[in-house]
Amino acid sequence: MPESYDIIIIGGGVVGCMVARALSRYRLDILLIEKEEDIGAGTTAANTALVHPGYDPPVGSLKAALNVAGNTMWPQLAAELNFSFEQSGDYVVAIGTEELPILDELMERGRRNGVPGMRLLSAEEMRRREPRINPQVSGALFAATGGMCDPFGVTLAAVENAVMNGARILRETAFEDFIISKGEITGIRTSRGDFACRWAVNAAGLHADEVMHKAGERPEFRITPRKGEYLILDRAEMELKSVYFPVPTAVSKGILATATVHGNTILGPTAVDQEDKQDKENTADGLEEVLAGGKKLIPSVDARQVIAVFAGLRAAGNAPCRTPGVDYGHDFIVEVAEKVRGLINLGGIESPGLTASPAIAQRVVELLQDAGETLTVKKDWNPIRPARPRFRHLTHAERQVLIAQDALYGRIICRCENVTEGEIIAELRSPVPARSYDGIKRRTWLGTGRCQGGFDLPRMTELLARELGVPQTEVSKKGGGSEFLRRLTKDAEGAGE
Amino acid sequence: MNSRRCDVAVIGSGPGGLAAAIAAKKHGAESVLVVERDREPGGILPQCIHNGFGLEIFKEDLPGPSYAQRFIREAYDLRVEFLLDSMVLEVGADCRLTLTSRKGGIQEVHPGALVLAMGCRERTRAQVRLPGSRPAGVYTAGTAQRWVNIEGFMPGRRFVVLGSGDIGMIMARRLTFEGAKVERVLEIMPYLSGLMRNYVQCLQDYSIPLEMQRTVTRIIGDRRVEAVETASVDEFWQVIPGSCEVIPCDTLLLSVGLIPENELSRQAGVSIDPLTGGPVVDSHFQTSVPGIFSAGNVVHVYDLVDWVTEAGYEAGKIAALYAQGKLTPSKRTVAVRAGENVRYTVPQRVDPLALAEGAIPMQMRARQPIEAPAWVEVAAGGKTLTRRALPYARPGEMVTLNIKPENADALFDADALILNIIPR
Repeated sequence: MPESYDIIIIGGGVVGCMVARALSRYRLDILLIEKEEDIGAGTTAANTALVHPGYDPPVGSLKAALNVAGNTMWPQLAAELNFSFEQSGDYVVAIGTEELPILDELMERGRRNGVPGMRLLSAEEMRRREPRINPQVSGALFAATGGMCDPFGVTLAAVENAVMNGARILRETAFEDFIISKGEITGIRTSRGDFACRWAVNAAGLHADEVMHKAGERPEFRITPRKGEYLILDRAEMELKSVYFPVPTAVSKGILATATVHGNTILGPTAVDQEDKQDKENTADGLEEVLAGGKKLIPSVDARQVIAVFAGLRAAGNAPCRTPGVDYGHDFIVEVAEKVRGLINLGGIESPGLTASPAIAQRVVELLQDAGETLTVKKDWNPIRPARPRFRHLTHAERQVLIAQDALYGRIICRCENVTEGEIIAELRSPVPARSYDGIKRRTWLGTGRCQGGFDLPRMTELLARELGVPQTEVSKKGGGSEFLRRLTKDAEGAGE
Repeated sequence: MNSRRCDVAVIGSGPGGLAAAIAAKKHGAESVLVVERDREPGGILPQCIHNGFGLEIFKEDLPGPSYAQRFIREAYDLRVEFLLDSMVLEVGADCRLTLTSRKGGIQEVHPGALVLAMGCRERTRAQVRLPGSRPAGVYTAGTAQRWVNIEGFMPGRRFVVLGSGDIGMIMARRLTFEGAKVERVLEIMPYLSGLMRNYVQCLQDYSIPLEMQRTVTRIIGDRRVEAVETASVDEFWQVIPGSCEVIPCDTLLLSVGLIPENELSRQAGVSIDPLTGGPVVDSHFQTSVPGIFSAGNVVHVYDLVDWVTEAGYEAGKIAALYAQGKLTPSKRTVAVRAGENVRYTVPQRVDPLALAEGAIPMQMRARQPIEAPAWVEVAAGGKTLTRRALPYARPGEMVTLNIKPENADALFDADALILNIIPR
């Protein structure tokens, strides 16, 4: 008999983890499976980290509705889950007078989408608010509900809260197929064997189309990965106050320049459609385009300020909007499957998917209720996920108290970001623990600074080997096949004999 | 919070910091404290197990750990106090340090004078914006050096080294000793960035091919490096079409330059020279902030450790005098500027009165190589003060020119000194 669950969530990105958290409130047995070595390893790990107000998506689209609804949920979510979130507001900046009319269009669209707190700013006001902005600025749209977050931190916090409330998570577990009996999903096949369930939630991100097709659902639906390349700048060299978009193009919101909750500036993304769902390579052309785009908004951006580059794939789908009269072909899919019973599909969740994720999760709860599930709130449900201490955010006095409790919080392992051994060990013993270098990196921001891990790497292979109880040669960057070290040196081998 | 005083505090226990601490003790500082973030003193030297250290200072050819050990022993004998496994979090303009450690928690140190000796760090993949995937197997040469020489691990089997920096060439040889295959060393410039002696002893002697004006254009491999794509570049670093070669390998080592590590210096308000990336200093290694001195690779990237030790001695001595109130502040300094074919100079300003104590060494790096007899000269007001003949000038090798006491008159009259490296 396979293990049996009420609900299995396929995919541990921000959407899957938000769904797990929302459902963990009810008396349900929940399993979340993720094919990668850690949660949030796909689109969630590599995007612009923004919470959008909702003036971009077409009026009447599901995207618009869930964006605006999701945005309003963030302040409370951040308070409950204790992740980094800053409602800085955001700006769309028009450069030169020809771009100016587009701001009026966005303002009108935002108004019709129900976005609060928007106003147009003069060029002078924009220059006053961000002195680094291109002096050719002709005006700007300000939206007070824009914000920035740490998408991995948000996802981790959500899934940890789900686990605290009884959900189970299995990583390195890949979905293979549905088990369907008499038109009803009764389980799934995975790389770790079969699991029985009454409901499956397809939150497979880039692969949501393939998962859907396994159930014979929406054969015409297709996700086209859209690559976005980014540059991260040293915060000692460039510090922005807020989020600055150029005026949008037909395909994307353009290359923006934004502050982050970590203080570093991010530039990007490019928007290049491709076939390959794995290819996250940075390209010379892409990086040049990002630099040029960043300079258009902030002329003092310079290649020498770059400390890291990355690229991500957005799960751009081709689902038509269901609202009559709205001609839009890239809407979200958030629905109960029609051809089989027991499946909820979440597809084409590209930007603003991060913003919308809590609203999508809430919609999943409603879809289950509409389908006749009686959802009973657990008596001991705890919405609070406590934050673990971050040395770099503490005052000296707070640090002193922490070190007195655990001396390892006094020892810095990552010199640039001031991450301590105490923090690393806490992440190895947390509800959804890190198991690799990148797992620690994403949780603590170790190795993300100007030396990019040059100094901490040998310390970390030693520390991870000790804590995980494996030889150093088995410590990996991101799971099996990505081990850092090959073998002992001749002398070290000799000493061991 | 724990708080304490000392006469001279030194941040960093590499060759610059050790020499500074020793000199401070010898010049009358009673309490000298060295703060080191690693678990043992010596900075990068303990992992530099190759020879070539001490030829100038000891007239001996020592490996890095032996060179370091002489200074560590001397410092301990002189009762220099070490705080190891301790990281300085903040430096105030009043020289106050805030540090953290496992044993002592958060502590404040109030020194009479401070020597910055934090050394440098390696340029990374992102700083040269290498395209491609982001797998395991892309390491800086120094990181690999620590793994191999201290921790006893081999980070790969087949290597490509990007950059002809000294650590890269030394690691190419070291890895070859350990049975690895080093397929290629690539240099984007038309000339070597490290020392010629390292090219001969590390690459040529082991038949490791060095290719000039070639670079890595793409890293291939999802979880671990599987290959790198390389190509030739023109003088503007533009890829020459049709010159691509894919080299299978599991590790790419980067030896693409060093950057003085000055985050703490900036916090303290020390002026930084954009050309060196280090503090603007005078010939005593005084920074722009009174009471703060600096020595070694934190000031500019040296070619030989012996010069770092010399700089540390000077900075430590002057810091001790400052702490004891025995240092006469400079009345007037003369700016030193990089002139023809000179990338930067250290010091960036000199006090003419310092010539009373002896010659002032001016250190610099050539911008372009001159593979023919050359002059290094110092000029003021269009006239040459002094010059020295060089057999050649290469960017990888520092050039020193002493301003001698007999130049004092000219120096007193000068508005600025200009250093040039020109063909003879």
